[in-house]
Amino acid sequence: MIDDTGITVAFYVLAATTVICALMVAFVRELIQAVLFLALSFVGVAGIYVVLSADFVAVVQVLIYAGAVAVLMTFAVMLTPAADRHNSETPFWGPAAVLAGLVLAVIVFVAYDTSWRLTGREAFPATAASLGEAFLKPYVVPFEVASVLLMTAMIGAIVLTKDEEDGADA
Amino acid sequence: MPDLLLAHVPLEHVLTLGGLLFAIGLYLALAKRNAIGILMGVEIMLNAVNVTLLAFSRYVVSPRPLDGHVFAVFVITVAAAEAAVALALAVAVYKHRDTVNIDEIDLLRW
Repeated sequence: MIDDTGITVAFYVLAATTVICALMVAFVRELIQAVLFLALSFVGVAGIYVVLSADFVAVVQVLIYAGAVAVLMTFAVMLTPAADRHNSETPFWGPAAVLAGLVLAVIVFVAYDTSWRLTGREAFPATAASLGEAFLKPYVVPFEVASVLLMTAMIGAIVLTKDEEDGADA
Repeated sequence: MPDLLLAHVPLEHVLTLGGLLFAIGLYLALAKRNAIGILMGVEIMLNAVNVTLLAFSRYVVSPRPLDGHVFAVFVITVAAAEAAVALALAVAVYKHRDTVNIDEIDLLRW
């Protein structure tokens, strides 16, 4: 358990890493490099989760985002070899930037304007056991629905990428 | 004794981090030409939401503080399913059109 003043330094260093890597995803010109910066940004977010004492979610983040999703995206880039690898913008990047800036301004305004009901809570003890209990008691129905969703997504991904020559609708 | 994180890092800074990530993801999703680049933006937005959920779970008064963690895990699950289907779609479109640039995929244009 992190219980030092170093937690402040950890938070700001991790936050800077995450935001800079996310910006690099936007600015870097090579698609593969953008995927690598995205993976680094995911690892930074996992560090933020550890600082927020969400140990189980941090492990899940590293496994699923920095592991599976990053590998999936690398494969998608490599499976489309003749496509344009240039990480370029559409002509609408200007309005997109303005809209993103406005959304950021609203979020920051709300975050500072609201008086949050803060607690003096200590850091959570290891969360895995209580999360397991939450998943199998009050959240058992969403938990099962999520498993069906994953199954559907897996079958859908296989069907979508299957070669059509061996099917009847070729 | 107040907790060290709560004493030194105000909730507003964590929410600002979430907002920054969300804005970057929104820009990527709206501005990129490549379908995989757009998907990267969506994933960054989902990460931003998770940061915010876990920040509220840690900082704000709640009868069941761990519910934020449960929600974050569900978001990660759905994001993984969405990434798999979206990338499969990109690869399927590539097979027919030899491109994944969304401004060149204009079959439905009138």
